[in-house]
Amino acid sequence: MTEPLKKPPRKDPQKRTVSPTLPPASRSRKALGFLVAAAEGRFALQQCDDCQTVCHPPREACPKCLSMDLVWRDMPTGGELIAETMIRTSTNTYFRERTPWRTGTVKLDAGVTVMAHIHGDVKQGARVRMIARTDKSGKGVMMALPEQETDKMADDRQLRELTCDPKHRRVLVTDCRTASGQALAKALSEAGASIVFAGISEAWRPYQGAASLTAVPNVEIVPLDLTDTTSVKELAGEIGGKVDILVNNAEYVRPGGALDRDDVVTARDEMEVNYFGPLRLMQAFGAAMRSRGADGVNSACAWVQISSVYALANWPVFGCTSASQAAAVSLGQSLRGELAGSGVKVVNVFSGPLEEDWRQPLPPPKVTPQVLARNIVGGLQQGLEEIVVGDVAKDFMRRFREDPRVVERELTGIEGI
Amino acid sequence: MAGSASRANYDGAVAAVPVTIAYERYSHETAHWWIARALGELARKAGIKPADIDGMTVSSFTLHPDTAVGLTQHLGLTLRWLDHIPMGGASGIVALRRAARAVQSGDASIVACLAGDTNHVDSFRRMLTSFSRFAQDGSYPYGSGGPNATFALLTDRYMRDYGVKREDFGKICVAQRDNALAVPHALMKKPLTLDDYMTARAVSDPIHLFDCVMPCAGAEAFLVTTVEIAKDLGLKQVRILSTIERHNAYPDDPIQLRGGWALDGHEFWSMAGISPDRVDFLQTYDDYPVICMMQMEDLGFCEKGESAEFVRANSLTADGSFPHNTSGGQLSVGQAGAAGGFLGMVEALGQLTGSAAGQQVENAKIGVVSGFGMVNYDRGICSGAAILAGEDA
Repeated sequence: MTEPLKKPPRKDPQKRTVSPTLPPASRSRKALGFLVAAAEGRFALQQCDDCQTVCHPPREACPKCLSMDLVWRDMPTGGELIAETMIRTSTNTYFRERTPWRTGTVKLDAGVTVMAHIHGDVKQGARVRMIARTDKSGKGVMMALPEQETDKMADDRQLRELTCDPKHRRVLVTDCRTASGQALAKALSEAGASIVFAGISEAWRPYQGAASLTAVPNVEIVPLDLTDTTSVKELAGEIGGKVDILVNNAEYVRPGGALDRDDVVTARDEMEVNYFGPLRLMQAFGAAMRSRGADGVNSACAWVQISSVYALANWPVFGCTSASQAAAVSLGQSLRGELAGSGVKVVNVFSGPLEEDWRQPLPPPKVTPQVLARNIVGGLQQGLEEIVVGDVAKDFMRRFREDPRVVERELTGIEGI
Repeated sequence: MAGSASRANYDGAVAAVPVTIAYERYSHETAHWWIARALGELARKAGIKPADIDGMTVSSFTLHPDTAVGLTQHLGLTLRWLDHIPMGGASGIVALRRAARAVQSGDASIVACLAGDTNHVDSFRRMLTSFSRFAQDGSYPYGSGGPNATFALLTDRYMRDYGVKREDFGKICVAQRDNALAVPHALMKKPLTLDDYMTARAVSDPIHLFDCVMPCAGAEAFLVTTVEIAKDLGLKQVRILSTIERHNAYPDDPIQLRGGWALDGHEFWSMAGISPDRVDFLQTYDDYPVICMMQMEDLGFCEKGESAEFVRANSLTADGSFPHNTSGGQLSVGQAGAAGGFLGMVEALGQLTGSAAGQQVENAKIGVVSGFGMVNYDRGICSGAAILAGEDA
C-alpha cells in the first residue's frame, strides 16, 4: 500500500533549495518517437509494417525481417513483472538522491520484454498495466502500475516524479473573472492544491461568480493583469517563489481574419493578452520555477498554457485570434527548451470551442468550463504534456497527426469558411 | 544453425607468455600507458624485440579516441595483421581464436594479444552513460544502476526459477577470495567469510556488495605464435583444443538465464574430443557469481538448474575439488575494464605453463576458459570458451 504523502512543512528560508538534478537525458533520435507518444499519454512501440514484429528498444530495422518500415503504434498496456530489483547505488546524481529505486523487467502482452520503473504497489510476479510518460529530463520512460487501482497510488514517490499532481502544490490560475478560470480554481482545490492563487484584473470591477469563487477552500484572490508588466512583476515579487503550477487561462478572442478589420487595434489587443501575456508571465515567474524543480513534495512542476486547437492550424473565422495563439504555442516551445534541465514541464492544452460569449454563434459540441477544468486537472495528475479537450479538438488532433498539411488545407479551403 | 562439426583444429598455433600488469584502484595514467606496459613486459618475457611482433589484437574501453590502429603508431609497431576486439568479457577468448587462425594460416607469425584500461575517478560513470545505444534508450534511464541493476534482474529470476540461494553465490565468492590470498596483485586480499558475504550491504537487491567487482586500472596480455617459434624462443606452450564464440544467442528469451555456450556446448567438447570430467580447472567470467553458475551449466559441467548443487558439492579452491577462478577472478583481483575479459585466459595460461600468479593447481594439464561480455541492453551479448592443454597433456 502506498504511504500517503504528507503536506510539506513550511519552507525554511535558511536552508538551501535542492538543485534540480536529472535522470539520463541521452536518447537516440528514433527513441524520440516514444517520447512524442508518452507526452500525450500514449503507450507506443515500434512495429514492423511488413511482418508485424513489435520492437524494443527503438531501432532502425526489424530484427526479424530487416524491413526498414518500423512505425510507432499504440500498444496493449498489459504485462507481467518477471524480475525486479531495488537499486540502492546509482552512478546518476538524480537517482542517487532518490534511492532506493524500484525497477524491473516486464514481459509485455505486446510481445517484447522491457525495463521499467515499478510502482510500489505492484506485487512480485504480478500482472501490470504500463504507462508511458516524460521524466524530469523531458524524455520518455515506462512505468508499470498495479493492474487495479490501489489506495493513494498517485502518492507513490516514483510515480509522482512523472506526474504534476496538484495535491499539496500551489497553483496560480490567471483570469479568474472567467467561468473557466473559476472552474479551474474549484477543480484544483478539490484535487488537493494547498493554495490556488486566483488572478483577477481590475478587482474594483464586479464579475460574475465572485462570491462562489471566494468561497472555494484554499482560494486566494490576487491582483493580476496580464497586459500590465508592472502588475505581473508585482505579483511575482509576492508569490513567485511559491508557484508550483501556473495555469494561463487568459485569452482574448474576437472573430475575423485580416480582411474583416481595417486596422491592427484589435489584433494588438489579442497579442497583448494571448502572446505578450504569457511572455510577461514567463519573464516574471519562469526563473523562480526553473530553480525550484526539485524542491520537495511541492516542487515547481508545470507551466500550463491553454489554447484553442486552431493555434495549430489557422481557422480564418477566428483568423487573427488563431494567429496570436499560434505565436503563444511557438513561445511555449521556446519555454520548453529554456526549462529543460529544471524538471518543469510545459503542458499544452488544446481545446475545442469553449462555451463562452465570443463563441456563442458556433455550433455544438462545445467545451463547458467544468469539462475544461476536469481535463486539465486529470492531465496534470497523469503527467501529460499535451491535453486535448472536447470532441472538436480530439477530431482535429486525429487528423492533424495523420497529416498537418491536409488539415491546414481543409481549414483554409472554401468549405472550411 | 549451430556450428559445423567439420571445423579445422588449431594445430600449429600455440599461446604463451601470460602477462599481468598489477592493478590499481584508480590511475591517472591512460589506457595507452597500461597497454604499452603490457606489451613491453610481453616482449621482455618472450625474449623478443617489439619489431618481431607482426600481429596485434587490442581490447579496451578507455582508449578513446583511439583504436588498435592508433596504437600501432603510438607504440611504433609495423604490423601485417591487426584486430580491435571491443567485446569486453569475451575479448580474451575471441583474441585467442582469431590470433590462432592468423598464425595457422601464416598471415602473422607472432601476435601480441593485449587488453588494458585505465580507471579515472569518474570514468566508470562516464562509460555507463554512453555504453550503448540500447542501454541509453532502454535501460540506463531506469534508475541508472549500471550492470549491478541489470544483473540483479536476471539474478532475481535465476534464484526463483532454479532455487539458488544467496549462500550459493557466497560460496563462489568466498572460494575465489581464498584463491586470491596467494595472488600478489589482487586488490582484495582481506579474507572473506560467508558471514561477511551474507551481512554485506545490498547494492541492487538481490545483488550485495561482494557480488560486485571493483572497477580498476590494469592490463593483461599473452602471445599467440607457431609451435616452432615458441620452441625456438624456449617458451612454454599451451595448445588450443577447442574454441567457441557466439553473439546474441537466444534473442527471444524474455530474460537471460542461459548464454551462447548452451547453443555451442556440443561442438565445444566434440572438437576437443574430451568430456568435462577431464578438465583440471575452470576459469569463468565472473562479473557476478550468477554468471559463473550459468557458465558451469551451459558448458556442461552440470545440468541446467543444478549449479547450486554442484557448487555445494565442490570446494572451488585451487587446492580443492573443481578449482575455479584460481587467481581469485575479477571478484577479488578487480575488474580492469576489458582486461577483465583476459584475466581468466592469462590465469589459465599461467596454470598450464607452471607460472600461475597465485597457487598452482596440482598437475593441471587441461583447463577451460570462458568469456562473457557486453550488456548492450538487458543481457550479455558475447559468449565464448576455449579448452586449453599444457605441454604435458
